[in-house]
Amino acid sequence: MKKIMSGNEAIARGAYEAGVSVAAAYPGTPSTEILENIAQYPSIRAQWSPNEKVALEVGIGASLAGARVLVAMKHVGLNVAADPWMTIAYTGVNGGLVLVSADDPGMHSSQNEQDNRFYARMAGVPLLEPADSQEAKEFVRLALEISEEYDTPVLLRITTRIAHSKGLVELGERKEHDLRPYIKDPKKYVMIPGNARGRHVAVVERLAKLARLAEEIPINKVEMRGKLGVITSGVCYQYVREVLPEASVFKLGLTYPLPEDAIRAFAERVDELFVIEELEPFLEEQIRAMGIRVKGKELTGVLGELNQKRLAVSLGLEEPPPAVDVPPRPPVLCPGCPHRGVFYVLRRLRLTVLGDIGCYSLGALPPLDAMDTCICMGASIGSALGMEKADSVWAEKSVAVIGDSTFLHSGMTPLLDVVYNGGRTTVLILDNSTTAMTGHQDHPGTGRTLGGEAAPKVDLEKLVRALGVRRIRRVDAYDLDSLRRAVREEIEAPEPSVIIVTRPCALKVPPGRPSVVDEAKCNNCGLCLRLGCPAIQEGAWIDSHLCRGCGLCREVCPREAIGGDADVQS
Amino acid sequence: MSKVKNILLVGVGGQGIILAGKLLAEVLAAGGFDVKLSEVHGMAQRGGSVVTQVRFGPQVYSPLVSPGKVDYLVAFEQIEAWRWLSWLGPGGLLIMDEQIIYPAGRTQVTLPEDLTGRPGTVCLNARRIAEEAGLVKAANMVLLGALAAHLGIELEIWYRVLENSVPLKYLESNRKALEEGFARAKPSAG
Ligand SMILES: Cc1ncc(C[n+]2csc(CCOP(=O)(O)OP(=O)(O)O)c2C)c(N)n1
Repeated sequence: MKKIMSGNEAIARGAYEAGVSVAAAYPGTPSTEILENIAQYPSIRAQWSPNEKVALEVGIGASLAGARVLVAMKHVGLNVAADPWMTIAYTGVNGGLVLVSADDPGMHSSQNEQDNRFYARMAGVPLLEPADSQEAKEFVRLALEISEEYDTPVLLRITTRIAHSKGLVELGERKEHDLRPYIKDPKKYVMIPGNARGRHVAVVERLAKLARLAEEIPINKVEMRGKLGVITSGVCYQYVREVLPEASVFKLGLTYPLPEDAIRAFAERVDELFVIEELEPFLEEQIRAMGIRVKGKELTGVLGELNQKRLAVSLGLEEPPPAVDVPPRPPVLCPGCPHRGVFYVLRRLRLTVLGDIGCYSLGALPPLDAMDTCICMGASIGSALGMEKADSVWAEKSVAVIGDSTFLHSGMTPLLDVVYNGGRTTVLILDNSTTAMTGHQDHPGTGRTLGGEAAPKVDLEKLVRALGVRRIRRVDAYDLDSLRRAVREEIEAPEPSVIIVTRPCALKVPPGRPSVVDEAKCNNCGLCLRLGCPAIQEGAWIDSHLCRGCGLCREVCPREAIGGDADVQS
Repeated sequence: MSKVKNILLVGVGGQGIILAGKLLAEVLAAGGFDVKLSEVHGMAQRGGSVVTQVRFGPQVYSPLVSPGKVDYLVAFEQIEAWRWLSWLGPGGLLIMDEQIIYPAGRTQVTLPEDLTGRPGTVCLNARRIAEEAGLVKAANMVLLGALAAHLGIELEIWYRVLENSVPLKYLESNRKALEEGFARAKPSAG
């Protein structure tokens, strides 16, 4: 049977069919739906972990216990998980372990566009790159087989256009996989220097064997046509087929280690050789190092994502498309978003805001303009402490702002640092009871698991107190006066403080009654427009279809010209 | 390969474009075509411009559509129609919801020309039609219905896919919205 599936759905299906029984992840676009779909298969124990490092460590344990395991994350998640990643490359596995890295060329939804293929090379681990949904499914099984046969974790690297593109996938049956017995083996699993030296030798030997596998594995496939040759992998294969239908193509599915002999043979059969890949010259540099002449990045560049148009333009086959002059439509905080008031207040207090990653990163955009930095998950708190260390005046002029999911992901250790090293930092935890940015996933603070079961709910207040913070307050995100007062008092406090700003995400609760502008009272001062609410339009006029009745505009209006439905009519 | 057809569904995050794309892809697959679709998730979904690209034919390689090659541009809103208009290929059809959703903080956008009067365009008030069909949220179905009239895939297939994808209590109104769109799919003269 064939079914339309996204790459992410297909990976989940692949895990199911290949007998995976444990899967862990932390959400992150474009990887999130992998675990959401895996959770639909009752035979797989699937979970959200608090962050990617923990997810991978859970995967390592499950593999030790003999299960087949899938761990998924977005590309920057592997930075967080890099520590265990680099060392399981040494220990190898028991049950097969595949790590899916979903890269985001073009940064549709990311803070950078790093090329995670280098994580395979850096670790000395095999790398698979599927070119469509069908392959995404098949490569999961293949990855697990390679993992077990060669005693190695495997990196399955996809990109946004694999993750979020759909195509027809042939479904198969699940093949149960019995747990392999766990055998105690300190030389393999206890990576103290004396043992690790031996295991590094194993990594090198394993790579030599994998290079032989790369020469014969059917997913490294030569398609001979004309005298122009192209070496490519992943979704770029599809673009090459569109733009250069007559070219001979060496399509690589296993892209590390490379099949040197086969590449040499292919190079000899063509007159000119291109390497077409997105982002870094990962294949190109290795092929050049073999002494083979190729053209690659001088054609396509290293920036952003490719597509058939860009490829055709970079090969000089087509003209670039004309620019269109239509106003951009950047993303915005939703109407009723509980983050809005926080940034309104911080902006009005003229504070420097060390920001973090989540929906609230949109607080950096006009008209709120209220965020100074956004680096990586968890960076807000440490960098606020750092500013203060450079010059103590920052204690009263800056705050750190971090979402609840992000705080539990990587905010606890920097807060501990603030307490331990005598900082005075004020931290606002924006607790909307969900991981909103990536589509409302649960986390340890929501009281539910990925499977929808009830779970213990972490008490943020107690948690923060246990880290040593004494000044803790809870404020309603819709109460601007209390927010303002709380922030003012806490930045002046001579010790660290945490303000937990509370309100569920507006998309998770039913809307309130829309607000209405009383035209007789409104003098068009424009203050409400500074909230940057999509429901409020110049004039001032409130779109009742969009408004969720949060009441912020009522609070900021100096003339009491905005009321709830009922107020205005009475 | 020239037989591959290209569709763009364009609009604003939250308008139901992802669901529309999913239905469309399933209908095309059920109609016997190879299908690929590419969509946008994450940050842009928060009220930003979104686009779902759909391609179908005997065999489809790339999931992405190229500018100047679009056969059917289905715009859920006028400003986004403008953003993508130059992607229409020769003989391509614009199907558009006449509403305008302004980018946050703007109340006016001067568009180069009023697309509602563009010759050869199917222009609809999808929200109103959907409301009359019993479900405002089914505006996406109205637009799909108009597209369906041009794709030549039997309505029976659309119904079957709808049945499998829409909760029972919304099925009737969605079906109605689809039919209403189908009935109004005639492009303006020009
Ligand atoms: C290391 C890493 N993992 C995952 C992501 C993707 N991501 C961005 S923000 C975010 C969490 C947002 O949740 P929260 O902090 O609660 O803020 P909200 O979006 O709910 O406002 C995630 C998972 C990322 N950018 N970096």
